[in-house]
Amino acid sequence: MGSGVFKTARELHHRRKPQAGNNAERFYYKEEVVFEKPFDWRQARRLGAFILPYSRLLIGALLMMSLATVTRLAIPFLIAQAIDTTLSGDLKATFWTAWLMKYPAATRLNLLVAIMAGVHLVNWLANYLRIKLTNTVGQNALYDLRQKLFSHIQTLSLKFFDSRPAGAILVRVTNDVNSLQDLFTSGIVSMLQDFLTLVGIVVIMFSMHVTLASVCFVFLPFVLLITTRLRSRIRHGWQLVRVKQARMTAHIAEALQGIRVTGSFHQEEENKEFFQDMNADNRWNWLNVQRFQAWFHPIIEIMGAIGTMVVYWYGTNLLRGGSMTVGQLVAFATYIGQFWEPINRLTQQYGNILVAMASSERICEYLDTVPTVVEEEQAKTLPIIQGRVEFEDVVFAYEEGRRALGGVSLTIAPGETVALVGQTGAGKTSIINMLSRFYDVQGGAIKIDGHDIRSVSLESLRSQIAIVLQDTFIFSGTIMDNIRFGRLGATDDQVITAARAVRAHDFIMRMPEGYQTEVKERGSRLSMGERQLISFARALLAEPRILVLDEATASIDTRTELLIQEALAELLKGRTSFVIAHRLSTIRGAGKIVVLDHGRVVEMGNHDSLMQQRGVYHGLIQAQFKFFSSAM
Amino acid sequence: MRIFIKLKRYWVPYAWWGAGGVVAMGILTLAGLTRPWLLEQLIDRVISRRHFTELPYWALAVIGVALFRSVFNFGRQYLGQVFGQNATFDLRQGMYDKLQYLHFKFYDNAKTGDLMSRVTADTEAFRMFLSFGFIQLMDTIYMTVFSLLVMLSMSVKLTLVTLAAMPLLLVVVLRFEKVVHPAFTRIREALSDLTAATQENLNGMRTVKSFARERFEIGKFADRNRAYVQTNLDAAGLWASFFPLIELLSNLAITLLLWYGGTLVLRGELTLGRLVAFFSLIWYWIWPLREVGYQINTLIQATASGERLDELLSTDIAIKDGPDAVAVPAMAGHVHFENVFFRYDSPRPGTNERLDHHALAGIDLDVPAGSVVALLGTTGSGKSSLVSLIPRFYDVTQGRVTIDGIDVRHIRLQDLRRHIGIVLQETFLWSATIRENIAYGRRDAALEEVIAAAKLAQAHDFIMETPLGYETVVGERGLGLSGGQKQRIAIARAILNNPRVLILDDATASVDMETEHEIQVGLVHLMQGRTTFVIAHRLSSLKHADQIIVLEAGRMVERGTHEQLLAAGGVYRSIYDIQFRDRQQEVTRTDESGGGFADAAAAADTAAALERGDR
Repeated sequence: MGSGVFKTARELHHRRKPQAGNNAERFYYKEEVVFEKPFDWRQARRLGAFILPYSRLLIGALLMMSLATVTRLAIPFLIAQAIDTTLSGDLKATFWTAWLMKYPAATRLNLLVAIMAGVHLVNWLANYLRIKLTNTVGQNALYDLRQKLFSHIQTLSLKFFDSRPAGAILVRVTNDVNSLQDLFTSGIVSMLQDFLTLVGIVVIMFSMHVTLASVCFVFLPFVLLITTRLRSRIRHGWQLVRVKQARMTAHIAEALQGIRVTGSFHQEEENKEFFQDMNADNRWNWLNVQRFQAWFHPIIEIMGAIGTMVVYWYGTNLLRGGSMTVGQLVAFATYIGQFWEPINRLTQQYGNILVAMASSERICEYLDTVPTVVEEEQAKTLPIIQGRVEFEDVVFAYEEGRRALGGVSLTIAPGETVALVGQTGAGKTSIINMLSRFYDVQGGAIKIDGHDIRSVSLESLRSQIAIVLQDTFIFSGTIMDNIRFGRLGATDDQVITAARAVRAHDFIMRMPEGYQTEVKERGSRLSMGERQLISFARALLAEPRILVLDEATASIDTRTELLIQEALAELLKGRTSFVIAHRLSTIRGAGKIVVLDHGRVVEMGNHDSLMQQRGVYHGLIQAQFKFFSSAM
Repeated sequence: MRIFIKLKRYWVPYAWWGAGGVVAMGILTLAGLTRPWLLEQLIDRVISRRHFTELPYWALAVIGVALFRSVFNFGRQYLGQVFGQNATFDLRQGMYDKLQYLHFKFYDNAKTGDLMSRVTADTEAFRMFLSFGFIQLMDTIYMTVFSLLVMLSMSVKLTLVTLAAMPLLLVVVLRFEKVVHPAFTRIREALSDLTAATQENLNGMRTVKSFARERFEIGKFADRNRAYVQTNLDAAGLWASFFPLIELLSNLAITLLLWYGGTLVLRGELTLGRLVAFFSLIWYWIWPLREVGYQINTLIQATASGERLDELLSTDIAIKDGPDAVAVPAMAGHVHFENVFFRYDSPRPGTNERLDHHALAGIDLDVPAGSVVALLGTTGSGKSSLVSLIPRFYDVTQGRVTIDGIDVRHIRLQDLRRHIGIVLQETFLWSATIRENIAYGRRDAALEEVIAAAKLAQAHDFIMETPLGYETVVGERGLGLSGGQKQRIAIARAILNNPRVLILDDATASVDMETEHEIQVGLVHLMQGRTTFVIAHRLSSLKHADQIIVLEAGRMVERGTHEQLLAAGGVYRSIYDIQFRDRQQEVTRTDESGGGFADAAAAADTAAALERGDR
């Protein structure tokens, strides 16, 4: 235990709804997603379309399902025949069993037992095939759905990714698709099976004895009413529990993440009090559902008992009158006993469908999202470019009313390096986003070698622009693979040449397996500087005509710093380059410095000329480094 | 089983609930056994012997039994849940408690995912067994034993013949349990592969788009998707082989019963009613046997989870108040490191590198109250380790750290940490309002105090621009703030308590050049009158440092003021000179651009290089 007070459930009373303590409101956890949606035919049809290609297998599955159901329902009937033709005090043959009567009793029994064994074997085979087929259909349909969703997401524009956390998208591709899994693989078929079972039981019972069957089913509406009511209550209760648990998990994750802050501020006791509220709330809600849930089976049993009682009482009276046999009575009791389970499952499945509806709606929402940056229908391929870039009065806003660029005009000669300077939010990143066509301009135009970038295909545009981001992305895989991402067809030698050019070769060779060293996602084995050098190599391998570089601010060791500066010079050589610069040496090396403020170009020129202007740039530089002028 | 004894303090207080559940289960099963008997009576007494006047009693008895059973049916389920939920409540609370107090060393090694799965999945597995599995396991015994007794009392021969099929069923069920687990594991692994690949794609979307690699990514995803579907189909193949087989074996047992029982009836050795009763009784063997694999598995899982829970619960929290800890209501802030040695006995935080040498060795450092110390050095040189010793995030291996002459290990942790304000390397904000975040160290701080701290940290202005001001929710689920804004809130949080000692561990590492400058301006005010330790920040605040310490491999290699160190021509100077090339260029231009700016620019680069040298 820790050093503080530890309150047990006993001390906090196990039954009473917990009252919030002093620290109950210190953290905030928003309500999670909607759990279920009413049934919607349009959605169901859309989902159904994924099963359609496998309809032949599905028909097979349905046939097998029917066969399995029929063979299962036949057994109590056969037992009844065995009783009536062989074992009962007064024997009776029916239309089905008349042929048996010519054999002696022992043979009759053997024959019926042999038939039953045969029926069981058919049932076994049918079930085997049913499970195989339904899973094949379901899993293939899910594969298609997942693939379609992922492919569609790949086509979406950056606006989509920038406006929601990656985690939220991930949940839809994995969890939401998987929550359809039960429905797709077994759900639908097992629902049909349950339905068929119910119909089968009703038909058999009515065919055996109409009045007894009618009396038995008088209670049916009540049963349905009670179970569906109780079910929906239980379902909603569980949803609440799930919300509470999700919150608790979210909090624990956060508490672990911030554990050093907690330690620094000695907030252990206060956090414990907060968690205690959550914990107690969870327990109360859980037990609250149980108060209903625990009645569900007893109620079903009582219903079953009423049915059984009717069969016994009324059935025995019928038997006394001679319109019923012992075997039929036993069969009736068995069928009535089997009647409640499918009903129970169907009401449960109904809940699952509503949950699946919510998931499918979320999936469809993504499938219906269209890319904001689209190619023109007659988009031509951008020829190999020189690298002349013109921004003509470019206007852009990420959101209505919050202008990110307010009329930016720039002309950059082929091979020129442009340094973008300005405060956070001044528009540096927006310029890069416009140039790579991650977003479309809302006014004005961007031309490369005279081609409006909206008139050319995205692939031909982006394949000539390489972007090196501040937060270098390293994929899990070998270092070789990571560099080759820049040009998939590159040979190992070409990769190594690129790595050499950006001074990455030496440190790569120092790694345990050189270029074949596996790096984890986010490259945790590599230092910041090393990751950058890899992304330089990746960009160089792509042989772009235009380079966009968001220079990293992060600290790096002095030796790597020198390497990076050399590598940078190599990378910028002979290419039109846009650099969001954080190193003074990079800024000074740029042929053109563009100073941005609130989405407008306020100054432009080289370092010396801007310093002499004594304007914004001068102020920016001075403010940061004035210490040295006095210290030296 | 020992694990249940080890964890007894969590469930023993509620054992009566569990016992109630077990008793209710026993009564329920016993009452259930009357149903086949009632059917037997109906057939043999009422129908065969024509005692029709007894009919109403037997029929009503069916309802009576159901009503009686329903009470116990509710009871065994609800009591079990109360037992499990209460025990889990304590267990979860105990674990949270432990996690709150565990020392930093523990967290340096721990993986968050692993801890999460202990608190969630392992607790859940343990709960499942307590509130459900345990009673079910008891019921397996009840059902088989009770029904065996009843069947034997009815017909020994028939009992032996029908149960002959049971061992076969058991073998199949256990075999299934054995193969199904690896199959589940493979599904989980394939899913986590698929998830990881998708996550990677989404995180790297800008890179994917900028190289126009969408089609390549779709292909990669298809491979994983296919693999995942395949593991699912493999598992479905197992269901297909086993479930129908288990069903078939159960059915064949019943057919065997009909055949042999029927023969006995024909020979007059058994009544029809008994045979029909046997049809029900045999299920008291089939049901539990089908479930037995699952139940054993629940028990094994609960045991394994219990071990993992116990491991966490019995971890020593290492850093806590000693018996001789003294209350220190006020301190001046005179920090003294006396011949301090320190080593991590675990990999260095954030890396897998295991240091076989001391992280700090022979540090003697006297920091008078109110003075400023700047620490410089490359990664692993010991800067963070050094400041971590002051608030006792770690304890020294040798030597001692004192504040106002008292060894920090003798100061009550609560007092010690209240007087120390820390801005950590990585800014972490809670999912809470800005106000709650700033007042994290003292929830009852008045709004005026919070605002005053925010103003000092240069945060007030941007806070007022957020939609709800101080009541805006930030953190992972709230409003997104820029790195610099988060940093300033973290600074406000650190100074709210007006600490005597302020530690800024690389406070401005992750913000951009322009923002860094803004934060610096604020920091200068904050340091006044406080003992301050600063790690790797802009040189403009070094100017105010009373001493600059250069660390290398855990040792102090240089100390002095900026001027002294430049003059000394040591490490400090040599790092400074790395930028000499640039500086020379500047010198030639100095005349044109005027003033001392050229040197300033060059030196700033040096500074940047120097500071960043350690990441």
